[in-house]
Amino acid sequence: MDIIASLGLGFSVALDPVNILYCFIGVLLGTLVGVLPGIGPTATIAMLLPITFSLSPATALIMLAGIYYGAQYGGSTTAILINLPGESSSAVTAIDGYQMAKMGRAGPALATAALGSFFAGTVGTLLLAFFAPPLARAALNFGAPEYFALIVLGLLVSIALAHGSILKALAMIVLGLLLGMVGQDIYTGQPRFTFGIRELYSGLNFVSVAVGIFGVAEILRNLENEKGRDIMVKAVKNLWLTKDDFKRIAAPVVRGTALGSLLGILPGGGHILASFASYSAEKRLSKTPEEFGHGAIEGVAGPESANNAAAQTSFIPLMTLGIPAHPVMALMVGAFILQGITPGPNVINDQPALFWGIIASMWIGNVLLVLLNLPLIGLWVKMLSIPYRALFPAIVLFACIGCYSINQNIYDVYAIGFFGVVGYVLMRFGCEPAPLLLGFVLGPLLEEHLRRAMIISRGDPTVFITRPISATLLGLAVLAVVIAVLPSIRKKRKEVFVEDD
Amino acid sequence: MAVSNFATKDLVSGGIFVLAGAYFAIESLNYEVGTAFRMGPGFMPLFLGSVLAALGIAVAAAGWNKVDAEKPLAPSWRGIFLIIGVVIFFGATIRGLGFVPVVLISSFAAAMSSRLNSPVFSILLAITLTVMCTLIFVIGLGMSVPLFGLWLGPLGA
Repeated sequence: MDIIASLGLGFSVALDPVNILYCFIGVLLGTLVGVLPGIGPTATIAMLLPITFSLSPATALIMLAGIYYGAQYGGSTTAILINLPGESSSAVTAIDGYQMAKMGRAGPALATAALGSFFAGTVGTLLLAFFAPPLARAALNFGAPEYFALIVLGLLVSIALAHGSILKALAMIVLGLLLGMVGQDIYTGQPRFTFGIRELYSGLNFVSVAVGIFGVAEILRNLENEKGRDIMVKAVKNLWLTKDDFKRIAAPVVRGTALGSLLGILPGGGHILASFASYSAEKRLSKTPEEFGHGAIEGVAGPESANNAAAQTSFIPLMTLGIPAHPVMALMVGAFILQGITPGPNVINDQPALFWGIIASMWIGNVLLVLLNLPLIGLWVKMLSIPYRALFPAIVLFACIGCYSINQNIYDVYAIGFFGVVGYVLMRFGCEPAPLLLGFVLGPLLEEHLRRAMIISRGDPTVFITRPISATLLGLAVLAVVIAVLPSIRKKRKEVFVEDD
Repeated sequence: MAVSNFATKDLVSGGIFVLAGAYFAIESLNYEVGTAFRMGPGFMPLFLGSVLAALGIAVAAAGWNKVDAEKPLAPSWRGIFLIIGVVIFFGATIRGLGFVPVVLISSFAAAMSSRLNSPVFSILLAITLTVMCTLIFVIGLGMSVPLFGLWLGPLGA
């Protein structure tokens, strides 16, 4: 295959000075929000979506993707230095990384995280380049029933992999699907659930829902319990690894990358699961399992590689099928749509420069991240001292201004407040917000494909099980739910996600 | 509020789901439901609303005989009122008052929602944020919004 030529095209796009600049801004912002408390990549990308409106599609998406994988790097920095994972997937890194920092080995821990992530990022990007085109080709044959089945599969698997109560996650998805139906009906133009407000005819603004739930609700939650954080490590020395360290991390990095790449494709919290799985695998394979939890460098290398590999491969379902695997990818769908591009199997043929440009930029972004994170670690340590109380007003303001600037629609601003309260209340009563956003994005697609499939089949619902691909996909979806509610797996899930709260 | 044998968390979240599901299901009866062959605008919401209500009952039922594990932290009412107030204020006045005054007042009020922020710190933060946002959004990104709105009379553009 002419994958070399395609990658060449990609690099010619990604190496464009403007794109390098925005890729840099993206990974810089990503690292920043990974390091800073109380704001994650989901809220950041949501707030920056409106800003990217004026950029060209490739540039905008390169920057937004950079924020996402950049945040994975930044999250591990705080995990190692102050035992506070900036990102949920870094929770595992904190176990041994923080112990290493306490023993004065913060430098090697950070270097391990960065190098492992870089290796994993490179492999993940290559996998994306190799597997995306054939998958996209296969997806071109998908009709409405297949897409419907695929969306159902995505939604249900994301529950199986999420933490917390399965029933609540299911309810949150359905609520999200319903909220996605607000606005004019696609076939008849009938306005639904709009309370007669004209501004709601085009539906609830996706950015408002995202910043409301992931930005404002999170702030309200953090205001319940305000406290400063202590920074133990003031300066980081000795960033380089010894020969012995290199020997110890090589195998865990490779294994972590393999695990992460595989799990990253799955919908839901693939990258979180990947880092936990890698940690327990390394512990089991280690000759000195008693070292784990007391500063084992393998316990940093494996999970860090795994979550970064997963971060890259989670772009595969998005780029090939247009189906987001988790909330950040859902925002990427929003970014594509804002740019007038429908994400899906057609992107690779219609917009090859965009498609390959994004992939190539990921590798460049990973190089930039290593450069950013190792030599500039002192800067990030300083960033850690920015208090949350100075930060959250900026988040609120950015959210309002950003949402307003998209359509100059004040109902978009009110929606932030509404979803902030809804998200906060539901979070307080033990419901995770991520499935709601996923449902909200996929709701209109689900309805459109279902209705189209029913028209094609003349109202015969068996169309979903008589067509082999859609039957397989639906079968997998049922299987995922069955497995998730099996008692033994449930126990395991509890163990895996227990440290995630 | 201990309701006999139910876990409060499950009971309340289940209740929310039932109410939301019921709203969507009942409201969708106003739209044409259609048939399975040609689904009307009411079909999906009616179905999903009913499912949501059923799930809500299941969520609440799952809390039967479960004790609330830990006492949740008290909500910060000051935070809720100020932050949500800021969002509504922003939407209501951005056109009339204009960018600079709205951002200044909003960021001050938002900063005051934290008990750790003193009024002086909040004022300084508000000024910094206003300068920053004006530079980024209005000057940098060319957002089309008046710096000072019509309500301010002679000052307004």
